[in-house]
Amino acid sequence: MFKANIHVTLKKSILDPQGTAVQKALHSLNYVNVTDVRLGKYFEVQLDAPDRAAAEAQVREMCERLLANPVIEDFTFELVEV
Amino acid sequence: MKFGVVVFPGSNCDADCYHVVKEVLQQPVEYVWHQNSSVAGFDCLILPGGFSYGDYLRVGAIARFSPVMGAIQEFVERGGLVIGICNGFQILMEAGLLPGAMLRNDSLQFRCHPTYLRVEDNTTPFTNQCQPGQVLRIPIAHGDGNFFADAKTLAEIEANGQVVFRYCTPVGEIIPEANPNGSLNNIAGICNRGRNVLGMMPHPERCAEAILGSEDGRLIFVSLLKWWESGGFDGK
Repeated sequence: MFKANIHVTLKKSILDPQGTAVQKALHSLNYVNVTDVRLGKYFEVQLDAPDRAAAEAQVREMCERLLANPVIEDFTFELVEV
Repeated sequence: MKFGVVVFPGSNCDADCYHVVKEVLQQPVEYVWHQNSSVAGFDCLILPGGFSYGDYLRVGAIARFSPVMGAIQEFVERGGLVIGICNGFQILMEAGLLPGAMLRNDSLQFRCHPTYLRVEDNTTPFTNQCQPGQVLRIPIAHGDGNFFADAKTLAEIEANGQVVFRYCTPVGEIIPEANPNGSLNNIAGICNRGRNVLGMMPHPERCAEAILGSEDGRLIFVSLLKWWESGGFDGK
């Protein structure tokens, strides 16, 4: 059994208005040294796979097909054996 | 001309679209449940607005895998007319039937108010009853209507004349102040290269009768009917 910790974020080239709003809120709390905030999504996906390579291939496919939209988002993930 | 209104779990403008086709256009119309894998017998399909079950993950992302979407893909390839309104537009983009994607409105606000749209092309099946450059007053109601495409795709959309509507001022100026959500190039609606699929964020079904304060949305439905009557679609 594997667990994939998946991060989906807006592509770097895309303005993130939610991140900007949070950055402003942090500034108003006096964290004036915060220079950038970006929001994303975090998924924990558990799956049964015969080996690490198979799990990795499946998770990548899930990200490409559903969890991320390649037009606007990038994804990264790490696999942990559980 | 037979219309189908596709119903996803959570669609909430399906009844409005059904009403416009039946009562205003006086044409036959049926609901099409999203689990249907056939759309045989329809001449035009409407993907209505509403928060169908894509929003949990990303607008349109899950609806796009409903069985009906496979049938719609084939329908589009045969030249069938499809119009996606608001969430319907988002689903068509997720399905790859229209280019681009929707981001959160740049204001972060849910925007719900009348907008002005300039008709950029009045030769499409969806706008042939409009005048060139006509300004339509049609409401929006969305939180994720900020149209985005990468630079190459955007250039192609523009070069191919796929931009059908742009947000504008009441006199038709395309300026940032008239843009309610941050959409690139003030884009409010686009069609595919085959020009038989339209996606638009504003809701024409909410302003197709005088009692609703504007009849401008009616022009889009009447355009579809005129185009079909003139033999524009022979996809059966």
